Amino acid sequence: MSETKKFLYLNRKAPYGTIYALESLEVVLIGAAFEQDVSLAFVDDGVFQLTKGQNTKGIGMKDFSPTYRALGDYDVNKLYVEKESLEERGLSLDDLMPLTYEDEDDDYAEKDSIRVVSRAEMAQIMDEQDVILSF
Amino acid sequence: MSILHIVNKSPFERNSLASCLGHALDGSSVLLFEDGVYGAIKGTSFSDTLGAAMASRSVYVLGPDLAARGIDESKLVDGVKVVDYAGFVDLSAESDKVQSWL
Amino acid sequence: MPIEVNGKTLETDEEGYLSDLNQWEPGVADVMSKEDDLVLTDEHWDIINFLREYYEEYQIAPAVRVLTKAVGKKMGKDKGNSKYLYSLFPYGPAKQACRYAGLPKPTGCV
Repeated sequence: MSETKKFLYLNRKAPYGTIYALESLEVVLIGAAFEQDVSLAFVDDGVFQLTKGQNTKGIGMKDFSPTYRALGDYDVNKLYVEKESLEERGLSLDDLMPLTYEDEDDDYAEKDSIRVVSRAEMAQIMDEQDVILSF
Repeated sequence: MSILHIVNKSPFERNSLASCLGHALDGSSVLLFEDGVYGAIKGTSFSDTLGAAMASRSVYVLGPDLAARGIDESKLVDGVKVVDYAGFVDLSAESDKVQSWL
Repeated sequence: MPIEVNGKTLETDEEGYLSDLNQWEPGVADVMSKEDDLVLTDEHWDIINFLREYYEEYQIAPAVRVLTKAVGKKMGKDKGNSKYLYSLFPYGPAKQACRYAGLPKPTGCV
């Protein structure tokens, strides 16, 4: 058995305008098979990936926002969202999709996956990682 | 001579919209589409810049791109007009030139 | 290789997954399972329908680990284990059942 490493996926791009957000999500889901300690960070325009009410019918692209709700099933339940990035974009937690997971160590209680953190806290979270993958 | 300026980049990631507004003459029009629509949200670090530019220019956003990104029309800077694809075509046809800010 | 279902020709990719999931109908699973010499029972259909519901809600085909856990939660522990699922779908529960259900190859299958 190899030891578990801390992986952070750093998301800094808005969805749909470029392919980065969707690519990141797919790599996260594939990488979840390796059972590492995975966290996701949403910084800068990356916070736009999590807005609620996305409807892509008018632009002819696949709406992949429902897939973020499956992350809990994949044991990916630490989604750090930077407070300053939200505020600079006129957003608050209320503008984001509610994302939850079931905590197996706490009688499958439903808990929030999104954690809003300050820029200073985000810097610390980055510092604690073994591997950071940027999108 | 009127120009329709079109911008498809987020103002939080690139200076395309800021540069566009710096070059758009009074009476010209600016249409935000794709990731450019993020520039029309009110209460952001960019909305004052947009609001100031709107005193003498018309600003439009493409509705389908707003909807895709989950931005409700109530979240837009006052005075920004929402158009559909047909409206985009009309604006292009009414203008002498269309200038892209990539 | 395209497949023939109820008189219609449906495109598939090189691994046999339906190219357009909107073209799916139950006959797709019947045709594909016949080619695999498998007779579909209600138990198979429970899993196929479950996968289609999962895709509808999350827009992905779940990895086998996720499928197993989710089936266990919905249908009970005696079904939420890989032994049971492999007994139904010997070529791999996620891959084979997703193919019958008209979904893409599961995300997270490496």
